[in-house]
Amino acid sequence: MIRFEDVHKAFGSNQVLRGLTLEVPKGTSMVIIGGSGTGKSVAIKCVLGLITPDSGRILVDGEDTTHGDRDAFLARFGMLFQGGALFDSLPVWQNVAFRLLRGALKRPVAEAREIAIEKLRRVGLKPEVADLFPAELSGGMQKRVGLARAIAAEPEIIFFDEPTTGLDPIMAGVINELIREIVVEMGATAMTITHDMTSVRAIADNVAMLHDGVIKWTGPVADMDNSGDPYLDQFIHGRAEGPIEAVR
Amino acid sequence: MTGVLSLLARLGRTVLAALSSVGRVALYAFSAISHIFRPPYYPRELLQALLNIGWLSLPVVGLTALFTGGALALQIYSGGARFNAEAVVPQIVAIGMVRELGPVMAGLMIAARVTSSIAAEIATMKVTEQIDALVTLSTHPMKYLTAPRLLAGLITVPVLVGVGDVIGIAGGYFVATENLGFNAAAYLKNTVDFLEGLDVVSSLVKGCVFGGIATLMGCYYGMHSGRGAQGVGAATKTSVEVAAVLILAANFLLTGVFFSA
Ligand SMILES: Nc1ncnc2c1ncn2[C@@H]1O[C@H](COP(=O)(O)OP(=O)(O)O)[C@@H](O)[C@H]1O
Ligand SMILES: [Mg+2]
Repeated sequence: MIRFEDVHKAFGSNQVLRGLTLEVPKGTSMVIIGGSGTGKSVAIKCVLGLITPDSGRILVDGEDTTHGDRDAFLARFGMLFQGGALFDSLPVWQNVAFRLLRGALKRPVAEAREIAIEKLRRVGLKPEVADLFPAELSGGMQKRVGLARAIAAEPEIIFFDEPTTGLDPIMAGVINELIREIVVEMGATAMTITHDMTSVRAIADNVAMLHDGVIKWTGPVADMDNSGDPYLDQFIHGRAEGPIEAVR
Repeated sequence: MTGVLSLLARLGRTVLAALSSVGRVALYAFSAISHIFRPPYYPRELLQALLNIGWLSLPVVGLTALFTGGALALQIYSGGARFNAEAVVPQIVAIGMVRELGPVMAGLMIAARVTSSIAAEIATMKVTEQIDALVTLSTHPMKYLTAPRLLAGLITVPVLVGVGDVIGIAGGYFVATENLGFNAAAYLKNTVDFLEGLDVVSSLVKGCVFGGIATLMGCYYGMHSGRGAQGVGAATKTSVEVAAVLILAANFLLTGVFFSA
């Protein structure tokens, strides 16, 4: 379970998170929606300790994320970054198997490579891709390699930052299904950021809408359409008119 | 009055900012050095760094030393002729190359070639979230990126300097024997007789220090890059400037330490 308690974060005068409070139950899939630049990526990075909140705390299974052994903590997580964040000095398969090639989870090279190719297949990439370098792939392919890397070590908690942005609708469908599978099969807890309402309906158990640095609405995906919340309504119907200003 | 005060305030702020960045760089350096000695180690990254920093820098360092040694021989000869001291060419070339020009030229070429590429690479990794990705994959950027490069700099740059010294002396030798009518055997004998152990040791120590400065500055400014392409550009530029100035300053200090007694 992940719990944000009154998390604040500002970059200089830019107040991004202003009291974020949210709970993600274990083994469920939470989708965070919200306009671009509202701090969704920042919120996820706070959990992983990549960004330190100014105040408030974040608990994972009741433990404050800033306490305890960092390596053991991070070993439980997988993360797909918004831009892929592949290591461009390494071939694709070594990116995917990065965790399996060094450190606590180290496996023999041949085995790591096999796992990498299997994970690539799961995200719809052929084995031939394994020996290419990230710069040789299209944006959508890079995203899928990033996804394969995020799930390679079978983490308990997975963050997907805009997993379907930049993919064609069919591949987006494949990825949505994959994320759903990961949550159901592996029993993982997932937090996904997306703007894609099709994705939301395919992936989410629960939805949370971030706006102005706080969660404006959260609840089960089934309640999303008749929430009565003007912010959420405007967002899911993509209306230019409403309480959310178009200029941000 | 207020004008003077605000000028003083601005001066004070600049000095404080400079001091605090000196402090940050020093802390970074200590931490980087300590990570060299603590596992996990990344031998593949070290090998890659040894290749990039050491082996691939040989041509540029060698050529620089060759031309510098040649020019030095010509200068000493024509300058020495003013007071009938043309004969000291081998001694002065040897001292000049080994004590000063060998290490300094190699250090500056390493700053141009290695510092810039380290800074640009790491800054790009930072800007594209690759550093964040490293951390989430339980890999310490200091160990994985900085420590291997620093160690490679400390090991290879003294070797490069040593090679550069020899090539520089060879440059002087060719010019002296081909153009200035020196006797080959006598030139070599003069060079070898004149150089002392301390000259060579100082040269290699300088190389080691310059290698450390060049790689550390590349890593530091890369890791602290601002956002976007502009951030990468600024990080690269600053890293080379700072590395070059620090190398020259360290050279001055080390020369003082070795030879002022
Ligand atoms: N490392 C950083 N330094 C300064 N500002 C940042 C940083 N990361 C994010 N921001 C700012 O925080 C805000 C939210 O960013 P982000 O979380 O990436 O938005 P999104 O909701 O689209 O994922 C933006 O205004 C962005 O400029
Ligand atoms: Mg984002």
